[in-house]
Parts: sequence; C-alpha cells; structure tokens
Amino acid sequence: MYMEKTIKELHEDLVSGKVTSEELIKEALEKSHKLQEKCNAFVTILDDAKPLEVTDNLLSGIPYGVKDNYSTKGILSTGSSNTLKDYVPFFDATAITNLKKANAVAVNKTVMDEFGMGGTGTTGHTGIVRNPWDKTRMCAGSSAGSACAVAAGVYPYATGSDTGDSIRKPAAYCGIVGYKPTYGMISRYGLFAFASSLDHCGVLSRTVEDAAIVVDNMKGIDKYDMTTWDSSNINLYKDLNSDVKGKKLCYIKEICDIENYPNASDELKEHLRNFKEKLELCKELGMEVEAVSVDKTLLNALPSVYVVISCAEATSNMSNLTGFIFGPRGEGNSYIDQMKDHRTKGFSPLIKRRFVIGSYVLQAQNKDRYFYNAQRVRRLLVDEWKKLYETYDAVIMPVGSGPAKHLDGSKDILDENTAALEEHLQIGNFGGFPSITIPDGFIDNLPVALNITGNCYNDQTVLNIAYALESKMNYKNQIAKEVK
Amino acid sequence: MDNYLVMIGLEMHCEISETKSKVFSSARNDYSDLPNSNIRPVDMAFPGTLPVVNKEAVRKSLMASMILNCKQPEYMYFERKNYYYPDLPKGFQITQETKPAPVGIYGKLEYECNGEVKTALINNLHLEEDAAASEHLGSSTVINYNRAGVPLLELVTEPCFNSADEAVSFLETMRSIYQYAGISEADSKKGQIRCDVNISIMDKNLDQNDSKNWGTKVEIKNVNSFGGVRDAINYEIERQIDAKEDGNYDELVLQETRRWDEETGTTIRMRSKVDAIDYKYFVEPNIPKYKITKEWLEEIRKSIPELANERKEKYINEYGISNYDATILVKEKAVADYYEETIKLGANPKSSSNWITSVILGHLNKFDLSINDIFLTPNMLVDLIKLIDDSTISSKQAKEVLYEALTEEKEPTKIVEEKGMKQIGDIDTINKIILEVLDEQPASIEQYKNGRTNIVDFLVGQVMKKTKGQANPAMTRSMIIEEIEKR
Repeated sequence: MYMEKTIKELHEDLVSGKVTSEELIKEALEKSHKLQEKCNAFVTILDDAKPLEVTDNLLSGIPYGVKDNYSTKGILSTGSSNTLKDYVPFFDATAITNLKKANAVAVNKTVMDEFGMGGTGTTGHTGIVRNPWDKTRMCAGSSAGSACAVAAGVYPYATGSDTGDSIRKPAAYCGIVGYKPTYGMISRYGLFAFASSLDHCGVLSRTVEDAAIVVDNMKGIDKYDMTTWDSSNINLYKDLNSDVKGKKLCYIKEICDIENYPNASDELKEHLRNFKEKLELCKELGMEVEAVSVDKTLLNALPSVYVVISCAEATSNMSNLTGFIFGPRGEGNSYIDQMKDHRTKGFSPLIKRRFVIGSYVLQAQNKDRYFYNAQRVRRLLVDEWKKLYETYDAVIMPVGSGPAKHLDGSKDILDENTAALEEHLQIGNFGGFPSITIPDGFIDNLPVALNITGNCYNDQTVLNIAYALESKMNYKNQIAKEVK
Repeated sequence: MDNYLVMIGLEMHCEISETKSKVFSSARNDYSDLPNSNIRPVDMAFPGTLPVVNKEAVRKSLMASMILNCKQPEYMYFERKNYYYPDLPKGFQITQETKPAPVGIYGKLEYECNGEVKTALINNLHLEEDAAASEHLGSSTVINYNRAGVPLLELVTEPCFNSADEAVSFLETMRSIYQYAGISEADSKKGQIRCDVNISIMDKNLDQNDSKNWGTKVEIKNVNSFGGVRDAINYEIERQIDAKEDGNYDELVLQETRRWDEETGTTIRMRSKVDAIDYKYFVEPNIPKYKITKEWLEEIRKSIPELANERKEKYINEYGISNYDATILVKEKAVADYYEETIKLGANPKSSSNWITSVILGHLNKFDLSINDIFLTPNMLVDLIKLIDDSTISSKQAKEVLYEALTEEKEPTKIVEEKGMKQIGDIDTINKIILEVLDEQPASIEQYKNGRTNIVDFLVGQVMKKTKGQANPAMTRSMIIEEIEKR
C-alpha cells in the first residue's frame, strides 16, 4: 500500500528503485475504481495514465488527483456540471502545467459540487460523494472527491479550489490537511471561475509537509493571471520549521467559547472542548494564545456577505455558459431560446437559485443596498482581521461545529447560533489570507479539525505553526477507516 | 428651423488599431485577417480564461485623454458590463464606468468648423473591448472572433454641438488626432469608427443652461460613417421640428433609442428608454486596480507626436505653403507623412506641395485610393522634381510624366528616358542649332531689328522643331536674342 505513504517516503522508494512510477499508478488506479464504487469520488478515472521519469523533484512519478474544475488538456473537465458534461479543454490550467513540469502524474478527475457552488459534495452531475469514514455522511464540498480520495489513500494529494471553504471544510470532514495559500500565489488561469475575487487554488493532502511540497510546485507568477505575484523567494517545504516558540495566536471568543451556544449539542461541546485542549498544546510548543473579541454583529453578517458577493460574481462569470462555443447546444429557433434551453437543462436548481440572487443584488435599484453593502462589510471584516495580524501571527479556530454531517439532513440538528462557527473560514477568502486546516481529534470515531489563518504572504508562518502542532498530535497522514 | 436650438451629443467609438495585440488578450490585433484566425482562448471565453491588460492600449488611451485635455485617473480600474448577445462570448464586456474613473474625464477640445474655432466639451473617454463581429447571411449568422477583444476607445461628449456641420467637423478632427497620435487608422470603411448620436431641440429664446428647457433626447445608434452622421442628424432635426410644428411633439419625440437606416435615409425606433438594459456593472475582479504614476504620465505626454495643427503651422511658417494647401496636406496623416518624406529627401517644399495637392490628390480622389496604395513613392516624386529643377524636363512634360507614372505604375525617370524627353540644356548644342536656324532665316533678323520682337517666338519654334521639342525654351529664347543683338 504505497499510496498511503507521504510524498517524501514515496520519492525515496522511487529513487531507490523499491517501486516504480508505473506500479504506483497501477495501485492508484485500482484504488480509484474501488473507491468509486463505494463513494463516487471521480468524474473520470484516467486508466491510460502514463508513468513519468523520476527526477530530483519530489513529485516526479507520483500519482495525484485533479479537481474537475481545473482545465486539463485533452481530458474531460466538467466542473461537475451538465453544461460542460462533454467539454474537453485544449489547454491546461497553469497550476496543472506546473505539476506536469514536476513530472507529477494525474490519475483521475474528482467530483465536486457543481462549479464549486456548494458545500456538501452532493450537487455534482455524477451524483453525491460519500465520506470514506462513514458512507452515510457527506465529505462537505466543494472539493469533495479530492478530499475523499486523499483520505481513502488513493494518492498522497489532490488539487482543490476554495471560494468559501471548499478545500478546508472537506479536509476537516475527511480527517486530512487542506491548504489554500495567499490569493494570487497559485495562478487561477484555467480554473473554472466561480467568484473571481474569492477563488483560490490549493491542495488537499495528509501532512502539512506534503501540502508545502505540492504548493511549492503549483505556485508562481503567471502572465495569464494578473492577480498572481512573484513568490520565487518563498520555499515552503525547504523552510518548514517546527520551532514556533514566541509565535502569537489568537482565537475569537464569540466563535470559540461554549457560552455562545446555549443549546449546544454534545458533539459541539466536545468539538470546542477538544479545540481548547489543542490550544494547550500550542502553549507547550512555546506559543502564546490569547482570546480576542470581535463584534458579533459583524461576525453574524459573514454568511450574507459571502452569498451576495459570490453569487453576484458567479452570475457574471458563468454567463459564458451558453452552449454555443462549448457545451451541448440547446434546442430552439433563436439564439435566445437555445441559450435558455442549454441553461435550463444544464444547471441544477441550487445554482439557478444563486444566479437569481446574484442578478437581484446587482440590479441598479438593489446594488447599493446589497452588493455595495456586502463589499463594505467585507472590507470591515478584512480590516478587523488585519488589525489582529498586527499583534498575532495567526488566528486559530475550530472548523465547523463538529464532524461530517449526515447526507440525510434530518439527522442533524441545525443551530442558528453556529452560523459564524460554520462560515468563519470565508474570511480567509475575503482577505485572500493563507489558511490551513489540520485534523485535531475524533468525535465518535469521526475526524474533526482546526484551522490556522494568517496574514497575506505569511504562508510560511501559517504552515510552520500547523507543522509544529501536527507533530504534537497523532493525526498525521491518517487514512480513513470506515466506521460504518 | 430658426426658432429652435439643436443640441447634439456624440458617442464616438474608435478601435485602437495600432497595438500589436488585443486589449485583454495576446491574440493579434488585426480584425481584417482571415476570419477567426486571431483568437486566444480568452477571446472565446473558454472556462478559466482571464483577461490581461495590454499596457500599450492603456498608454495610447491615456495619450488620447491628454490630447483631449481630460483629467487622467490616479488608479486604473475596469468594470464588467453584463448582457447576453451571441457576439459577446463572456456574457459581459470589460469596459470602464465614469465612477471610479475612466482613462479620461471632463476635457475640452478646440476644433474648426467652416473656418470658425469652436470648443467641444468632453464628458469622458474610456477604454473597453470590442465584441466579435456578426455577419447575417440569409437565414444564418456567422461570427468572426478576430474582432472580439480589439481595444476600443469610447469618447462621450456633452450635448455641445448645434448642427450637423459642427458634429461632423469635430468627428473629423478626432479622426485626425487618432491618426496623427498613432492610436488608430480610424478608418470608417474598416468599421473602426462607429458613432451614436443624441439629439434634442429646444426653443431658441429659452435659457440653454437650464436643463429644464431642453427637449426630449433621442439617441441614434450605430451610425458608421461621417456622412451617415450628417444625414442622420439632419433627418432627426427635421423630424423633431416637424413634430413640434404639427403639435404632436410629445407623441412622436420620445426618450428612446433609434437606428439610422442608411437605405431609406430615416431613423427607426429600436427601444424606449424604459426598456433600457440594466447592465449590472461591477468592478472586474481579475484586473487588480493599478496606480498610474506621474512619471509614466509625463513620459506619455512627452511622446505625443506632432498633431495636424502643429504640422500645418510648420508648413505655413517654415515652408511658405499657403493656408489653403497646408490644410489639404494635413487632412490625412498619410498624405502629410508622404509630403514630409519628400522634403526629407531634398525636394523643394513648394514644388512638392504643388505636385501633391494638384496631381496626386486628384488621382487619389478620382480612383478612391489612399496615398499608401499608389506606386509613386516619395523618392520617385523627388526625382521628378529634381529633373524639373535642373531643367532636364519642362513643367509641362513633368505633368505628363506624373500622370503616366500614376496610371501606368512606372518610374518617372524611366518614362523620361524611354521617351527621350530629356530637355537639351547644353549651351554648345543649343547654340549650334541656333546658328543654323539664324543662317536659314536671315529675314527674321531683319524683322527683329525693325522692331518685330515677337519674331523670336517663331525662331524658338524653329529650334524646337529641330530638337524635337527637347531644347530648354527659356534658355533658347535668351540665347537667340543675344545672338541677334550681336549681328
């Protein structure tokens, strides 16, 4: 079972000749097919994936997964939507080009929520993705298939994308690492756009070190993406350092303290207790941890701000999906009818709802009340966090309100008070902050996680803190053990 | 007509043709190439593609902004204008809104109309991308994406023109500016210029500065030639005045968008302002706002080429060309460039101007050509002028040669050589022939001495006869007189 190893271990095995790239690919493909039957994680399994030469690059010859919203040249790329169910791009996303240069071997395309617009992993056109720890539960989304496959040990990593929490939430629900670097560190060229000002590329892996290695290879300034910046002086893997003595962390009382949730479930109580316990580990590592207070009104606005901005941008970004140039041509006697037919048949109801919201908030008579106000609050939230970063190296918080939710929603008790707890990862997207989720325990044998988010360009600090904390816990490189 | 004041505002779209690539794409900026050959994935809005701003297009836009005396922005932003149309692959156009700030805002420009200097008020100038071009062929429509993403400058004026003449003179001035500044060929035949016209009429006796007194504004879209602009304005003024006079102004003149129909020479209703599209503008998130530095602006300002007016002054003051001819020479930049090239090659500025404004431009007009299309290079014209200057051929001969060079596409020097047209300017040769003629015509000498001086013309004619017209006539005449006086 090579595929359950870390990237560095695999590289050593490849270099020493203990195993070949071909054998790794064979194992990854076999596991893909098995997992597909159990969890439905893939849109495409690349049975004809070819081994690549093992070089000095740690990723060379090693299989990985690609979220289906990354353009892959000559390979079906659907974004898990019927509107692109037959779309085969003729160019690679820049991040994929960079991984190809490293001789990394893509072995499958993973299922996601349609165009990334969902947090459950249940809205893709090929059906729902099941959690490898418990098939009655969701993986969360939108990078559901990537999280599922990495957790199941199909390969050490898969690419993801993150507009609200689409890498970091599924990573939490699947007991793995999910890292979204600073906005613009990895080019978005070729990544199907959801909400451009919030979209990030990133990685799902099982160790912080693997996440660092992969992002080192994906990142870089790109002439096709004006929002990228030169990060050539950043070497995440080389500079990983578990000496975090003197680093200062903070958490938001209004989100993390159990007192905020008068009707808390046992799960939530345990999740927050476990989180506070991990803060003690941080102190043992020599870090300072402090509780800070942020206006609750501001925090409660989070979900609405996200909905307004992401839907507005999405409506516009997805106006190119008309079925004329790519995607199935709609039926009808005029271009308007054909376009309507294509979009009516192609999009799921969830997406249509978001388009309606997006159009509504951008209409001249509503724009100030919704869209501009959302942007103002986004600015307030980002400023609030920037202020925290003047004192603290990172904000540390629990992810969600517990372990993976059930696919049958009726089994989960929804607590209105947990809105900010469920959605605070979106601040990482509002500010373009580097943000990493790592597993921090188990509740009823299901993984839960915490998140560390730092200031823009401080990716190294964020990763070092996660790296140090990971080494103090027992959840590094864990493979999903099916509990049910 | 005399009772009304006409108020006209213009929106002039001009493609920036003089950049290598498109405004947000690295595809070649050449719409006229083989259809659908200049395309990058972003021009067809393939999923995941992103716009990248062409700095040269921004530079040229800022230059236009300076020439129009507009205020340049501190930061550059772009906006999305969202609407569906088959020739708009992204489902939105990347453009600029008046807020936060386009490449230029609140400027003014002096222009000449029928010999009078007027001032046009500019509301704003913004940089945007062109849509693809759709061509309707019977029941189907074909789309050429070469045009998708071609940089486009949209100039919006205040309603500051009071007649079709003023509007068209301003547009001609703008075309000249775009050409001289190296921003665009500004060729309406190539579809590089498209105009929208806003027209309203008001009672002449009311206060023009009070917007309450303004009439209903009618917009006419997509007028694609200056002639069309003139006709559309005149038609619309007449339509509105007729409605006013007939007492049904409120029914017939509505706040609406109309289309200029070239075939019928009328404007046709498209949609009312109530049905106006909500374009749902918002800032383009894929283009980070970026600072326009003072240094860059200064650099651009310094690089503004000599414009038509400055050249005209130079022609008048330095080359001694008449105002009339100078105006003709600078009208088209290509002609002015041609003219200056001949001077650089050593031609006498006055002769060169004469030959260009008389023969060459006449030829261009007759065959609807551009000066860059003709066979005769500035170098050839200079050679021809030199043949006149050194008396090798006469002006009359030169005119013939020039016509032939233009129509037969032959080098003037070759024509002169082939036809043996060379003027005999050699004193000894001419003198020999003169002596011959005088010996043959002793009676003429007598007559001359008796006061019939015009007999010289006859003698010159005799010399010409013997030389087959190649003797220099002026030289021959003075030599004959000299010889007779001697006898």
